[in-house]
Amino acid sequence: MGFTDEDRVRARAIIDRYPHAKSAMLPLLLLAQDRDGWVTPEAMEEIAVWLGTTPALVLGTCSFYTMLKREPVGDLVVSVCTNIACLVNRGPELLDGLRSRYEGDTAIMVEEVECIAACDRAPAIQINYEYYGPVDTTAAVDIIEQYRSGALQARTISGSSRGAK
Amino acid sequence: MAIEETRIVTKFLRDRPQDSWEYAVAREHNQAYSALEAALKRDPNELIEEVKTSGLRGRGGAGFSTGQKWSFLPAGVFPRYLAINADEGEPSTFKDHMLIEGDPHQLIEGTIISAFAIGAHHAFIYIRGEFALGTERLEAAVAEAYKNGYLGKDILGSGFDLELIVHQGAGCYIAGDETGLLSSLEGERAMPRIKPPFPAVQGLFAAPTVVNNVETISNIPHIVRKGGEWYASMGVNKSTGTRIFSVSGMVERPGNYEIELGMSFRDLIEGLAGGVRGGRPMQFFIPGGASAPWLLPEHLDEPLDMDRASELRTMLGSGSIMAFDDTVDPLLVSWRLARFFAHESCGKCTPCREGSSWIEKVLYRMTNGLGRPDDLDLLLDFGSNIVPGLNAPFAQTTICALGPSTMSHVVSLDRCFGAEIRARLQKDFDKRRSLEVTPA
Amino acid sequence: MSSVPISQWPSEYKYSAPVAGDTEMVNVTIDGVEVQAPRGELLIKVAQDYGTYIPRFCYHERMKPVGMCRMCLVEVEGMRGLQISCATPVVEGMVVTTQSPDVKEAQDGVLEFLLINHPLDCPVCDRGGECPLQDQTLAFGPGESRFVEEKRHFEKPIPISDLVLLDRERCIQCGRCTRFAAEVAGDPLIDFGGRGSSTEVITYPGAPFSSYFSGNVVQICPVGALTARSYRFKARPWDLSAVETSCQSCSVGCRGVLDSASNRLVRFLGVDSEPVNHGWLCDKGRYGYEWVHAKDRLNIPLVARGGGLVPESWPQALELATSVIRDVFDKHGAKAIGVLGGAQGTNEDAYAWARLAKGVIGTDNVDAQLGDGLPAEVVIGMERATIADLDSARAIVLLGPDLKEELPVLYLRVRRAAVDLGVPLVDIGASNTGLTPYAQAVLRHLPGDPEAVTEKLAAALAGQPTRPDELRPLLEAIDKRALIQKEGPVVVVLGRSSVAEAADATVRAAAILAQAGISAKFLSALPTANVHGALDLGLAPGFLPGRVTLAAGRDELAKTWARVPEEQGLGAAKILANAAGGEIKLLVLLNCDPIADFPDGQLAKDALKNVEHVISLNSFTNESMRHADVVFPITVWGEQRGSISNIEGRVARLGRKITPDGSTMEPWRIATELAARLGHEMDLESFTEVQDEIAQVAPAFVGVDSKLISWARDGAVLPVADHAAEITLALSSLDQNKRSAGVSWEPIPTSGEDTPGNGAVPPAVISPPRPAQALYSWAKQAPERTAALADSYSLRLVASRTLYGNDLITTQSPSLARLATVTAQLRVNERERDRLGVADGEVVRVISSRSSIELPLVVDPSVPERVALVAINRDAPGASDLVDINESVTDLRIETLSKPVIKES
Ligand SMILES: Cc1cc2nc3c(=O)[nH]c(=O)nc-3n(C[C@H](O)[C@H](O)[C@H](O)COP(=O)(O)O)c2cc1C
Ligand code: SF4
Ligand code: FES
Repeated sequence: MGFTDEDRVRARAIIDRYPHAKSAMLPLLLLAQDRDGWVTPEAMEEIAVWLGTTPALVLGTCSFYTMLKREPVGDLVVSVCTNIACLVNRGPELLDGLRSRYEGDTAIMVEEVECIAACDRAPAIQINYEYYGPVDTTAAVDIIEQYRSGALQARTISGSSRGAK
Repeated sequence: MAIEETRIVTKFLRDRPQDSWEYAVAREHNQAYSALEAALKRDPNELIEEVKTSGLRGRGGAGFSTGQKWSFLPAGVFPRYLAINADEGEPSTFKDHMLIEGDPHQLIEGTIISAFAIGAHHAFIYIRGEFALGTERLEAAVAEAYKNGYLGKDILGSGFDLELIVHQGAGCYIAGDETGLLSSLEGERAMPRIKPPFPAVQGLFAAPTVVNNVETISNIPHIVRKGGEWYASMGVNKSTGTRIFSVSGMVERPGNYEIELGMSFRDLIEGLAGGVRGGRPMQFFIPGGASAPWLLPEHLDEPLDMDRASELRTMLGSGSIMAFDDTVDPLLVSWRLARFFAHESCGKCTPCREGSSWIEKVLYRMTNGLGRPDDLDLLLDFGSNIVPGLNAPFAQTTICALGPSTMSHVVSLDRCFGAEIRARLQKDFDKRRSLEVTPA
Repeated sequence: MSSVPISQWPSEYKYSAPVAGDTEMVNVTIDGVEVQAPRGELLIKVAQDYGTYIPRFCYHERMKPVGMCRMCLVEVEGMRGLQISCATPVVEGMVVTTQSPDVKEAQDGVLEFLLINHPLDCPVCDRGGECPLQDQTLAFGPGESRFVEEKRHFEKPIPISDLVLLDRERCIQCGRCTRFAAEVAGDPLIDFGGRGSSTEVITYPGAPFSSYFSGNVVQICPVGALTARSYRFKARPWDLSAVETSCQSCSVGCRGVLDSASNRLVRFLGVDSEPVNHGWLCDKGRYGYEWVHAKDRLNIPLVARGGGLVPESWPQALELATSVIRDVFDKHGAKAIGVLGGAQGTNEDAYAWARLAKGVIGTDNVDAQLGDGLPAEVVIGMERATIADLDSARAIVLLGPDLKEELPVLYLRVRRAAVDLGVPLVDIGASNTGLTPYAQAVLRHLPGDPEAVTEKLAAALAGQPTRPDELRPLLEAIDKRALIQKEGPVVVVLGRSSVAEAADATVRAAAILAQAGISAKFLSALPTANVHGALDLGLAPGFLPGRVTLAAGRDELAKTWARVPEEQGLGAAKILANAAGGEIKLLVLLNCDPIADFPDGQLAKDALKNVEHVISLNSFTNESMRHADVVFPITVWGEQRGSISNIEGRVARLGRKITPDGSTMEPWRIATELAARLGHEMDLESFTEVQDEIAQVAPAFVGVDSKLISWARDGAVLPVADHAAEITLALSSLDQNKRSAGVSWEPIPTSGEDTPGNGAVPPAVISPPRPAQALYSWAKQAPERTAALADSYSLRLVASRTLYGNDLITTQSPSLARLATVTAQLRVNERERDRLGVADGEVVRVISSRSSIELPLVVDPSVPERVALVAINRDAPGASDLVDINESVTDLRIETLSKPVIKES
């Protein structure tokens, strides 16, 4: 799909907020991801032009951050924390449960993540960066399916509620 | 005396009506921006002095005196920048998360006052990418602040200008390190930088920069309102005021508790958080986030005092406390932390990049019954090339403090459970060997 | 010191780039020895200067410290923990220990960490034997590995460009290559990707690291992660033998080390010469040695017989040439003989040929420049700047070619001055160049018309109170810089931006700056390898060796030479015109090919068609020698010792590494042979004798005898009386093993045949004599502007060079040949294209007053309106078909060959 003209206007506004254009790198990559569901090569190339840098540096930066996906991941990213608070509160079990439930489902990506700062609700998950916890597999599946059916309105896969697809 | 919280920065978000954080409510119920109004009438240097008097120390991890940090900026060099560290990634820490979502105006007010005090006209709040709701709230609150004349040009007629930008991260722990944060804010890989030059001298865009944690800055309006003396009158020794502790793990009532420093671990964990779940015995606890060396139940009566923690060869770090009962395998916890650090090492410096993944590999086999008798000693041995001396407060051969954190839990294993672990490794090894010689 | 691994000794050259810009000296104690160093200098550097080598991987003297590898840890008294010496500035009273048990343990630790994921495939690695990692492991490392897990695995070498391969398993993530690309070259086409232990060097898919400077990353990689395609598996370090020399790809004259194995050149590496190249080379210079071994090299004399050129013996060929010369001389006089070329050879070649032409035959129709340069009186007589002057300049004015394309390493130096040292940059020209992005002021003008903008600039630099808008950022930058740096000269980098316009316009602009009272100094940007040596040694009409005119030098020269021409002869354009017209009967082509190289191709063709006799010296056959009487095969770079003069007039030595195949002769020797046959013994038996004669007879070369040339590590800038303080004498007695250090690291001078032997006494340069007579000085006058420029045509031509074109180095070096574009294109901007209504790549007819050719049109956004760019170094049909050397500019009209395309919206 690529950036729309509206995105480009927004991108310009984002760049203009900063004393130096290159600071807009992450916001623009997130914007690109909001648009396409992942950071496409076309987006990286266009961002390089906007920021007066090279696609190599955009890719180098992009590949450093786990929220930026460089291939399509589906509509929902389910982040399951297994860091220590969740580890001792059945996080790994939850992860296994969700992984096997959604194996092969191209619309839903279940990923194991590091501490998401919700340890008081362990085991905690995020669904497109919306928090849930504590949950077990059944509860989590129930919520995910509500998103899938549209009963719940999902954020984008970079967590924005603004440009949701 | 009843064990209770001392709510200063958490007061509004605990008491506020119906979860609302908006300007109108914060203004009505929490005098939002009244401290700013007062501050703008004062001399910036006086404000820095006030903060020095308060004894406020950074709540991000290192516990450095905030007032002092501000006064390090070289005179006469402009522009200057203020960056608020809202990247909260330290495992088991979730206080900034709450402050941002629950009381964004308090943070914004603190930010404006701080920027005014240090003479910055651009401030950034670098917020962890995964904090979707937090980002949204903060952006909305910043928009409200602009609308009400607290941000932008000539704030409240004072002649002071400030642009405040909410900058969303994209998923990496190392952006929480202050120089990593600056790299990230410049649109690069969030790799920490060598110091010197320190950020105060050459930080963001090579200009003098102050980086402060969310909680640190959230305290500023209160200090301005009630005075540094007032703040300093709370707490203990050089740990003045209150701190929010995120208590989690296996306790009855996990959550954030704002207490006056000096309270004992026991009062916090058992009194406020309800103690270990199900009344089981506590095996060990981590007093300051994943990077902090562990303590044992015998330390429960020690006070929450940053300097005392150093004496105990650990730290209060990011202000999180995690308790584990006797069913937990300390090796498993250690391995999971090792995996975390290996995953989050930025890869810039050799000892951390290579060491963190090696530690993870060795701990994996140790945890899973495949260890060798001297594996713990192997870890300590090559780990001392990351943390010479293996003794907190840690020295380091690495660029940033993530390096030594990779060894903190290993050092703890040795300190707290050394003998048991060595015996277990020997047992596992013997068992494997006996299996090997058993004919098929 | 003896325990230091040999590969670890980097350049012995002083690093003078300001780290802290401090001149205050402080006392530092390193391992118990008190030393003095400038405050703020990096500890690692201070220790090294005093003979203490601290191991390192990521630190490189020419780049900013990043402190990544952690190998350079030392103990500093009063500081907690170990400190990285590569990023610790020295302060007064610092006490440092570099070899304590704690330091040793930390170094062991770092090496152990580096090796856990390293493949240890040293036996099949190009770096094996000269690898810093290997050496440091031996010297500082732990004995064995305790890492038993699986190592990181990557697909084996992947190309990151046409020239460079990357083996990610060997990479130790020091970031030298990525930093070089971004910091030094300004081509950030490689970066790190991923993080933690899966960090790897990446390029963007489809956008390879196609920098003109890519080879440098191979040289500075401290392991074998980056390798050069051309050198892969060619040789092992211990089979190599090496010599230090100067690059001859262009006139910057970068210092380098040339390696051979089994009498084949296999590698050329940069040497860190502070005043010249800082260790860098461009890829053309680095890989251009391959042409020496091209299979089409001429290696036997040829003579005309039976309508073609056939092999002949040297004595016969020399006899034949002698008789041709004598014949023409006897029948038509010396003026019927013209000598063209000589800008590609050595100083010794140039001198011997100047002596033959002027001193023996007596013709002054001699020109090393082929209509692509500037008048000799300007180049020889202008107030000259050195390359190092760029660093401290008040401002740098670019009035010449695109340095990135024509003098690449000078581009790096100017870029560094602008970016790292804050020197304000002015770009005057008709179209954008590689340095335009770094300029504070960009003054665009129509080709051939730079005076107006130059006048404005000169006035502003001279302190005229009004500040024109386009100059305001520049003047502010100059003001700002004046606060930190006391005033230096305004350095004007002067050359030809286009051969489609007469040199006069450039000279006029230069004169404006020279007369502006802004203490302007000029740095020549004429790109041909040794054109400055050729001019300094008399291969120009009106001049004698040593920067003196015929009149001024006559009496002195006549003591040695048989004769000196009476009056000034002709330049290349006139020589060719007279050859075409029949007045000149013999053309001697000194390693040149006018048909390919002269801007006005038609004139060159006519000349060579009509001239009666041609004698050609070359290493390849070419179109211009088709009707030659005699062709002499010559010895070339790498095969021949001697010296060259670079853009600064720096005389530096050339090394010989191989003996040529076949039967070639050095051009200077051909001159002496012909002279002898013409009845005039020059009495020059070796290149050192030529050098000594030059020092004796050529005023500017006073003091620059064979001894000084062999001792002066970075060469000597003329006249030495003015530059004596910059000369470093080096007894490079470093043995073969130490040399290999340089190879993997920061190359250092080699011992070898060009290095003075032990026990020799250094020449006296401390108070060198002034030349007995005043050297020629440019009157700063410029030719009057002729008639107004014609304007009936739609576009004005800019004909410039690109790095890779149809030159011999590029086309005859397999590594480079594939990078070159040899067919010409007409480059215009989008608006011009749309006006013509053609599609990209469509062939159009290009018409000048000279001729009409067909070229594909290509859109190039960097070309301004009303301008069309056609590279000159392309095969025909091309720019040289369009240029008329007698016109001041080349105006073009474009005709479309097909119906205009209607662009769909
Ligand atoms: C690896 C690493 C991660 C860190 N993460 C955070 C963080 O998420 N939030 C934070 O406030 N400080 C973090 N810090 C500490 C910061 O570097 C810095 O000390 C702090 O932001 C300064 O603010 P303060 O003085 O107000 O505490 C981290 C440090 C390290 C080395
Ligand atoms: S210690 Fe680790 S995280 Fe910090 S700079 Fe070094 S590699 Fe990066
Ligand atoms: S050389 Fe100092 S850290 Fe690499």
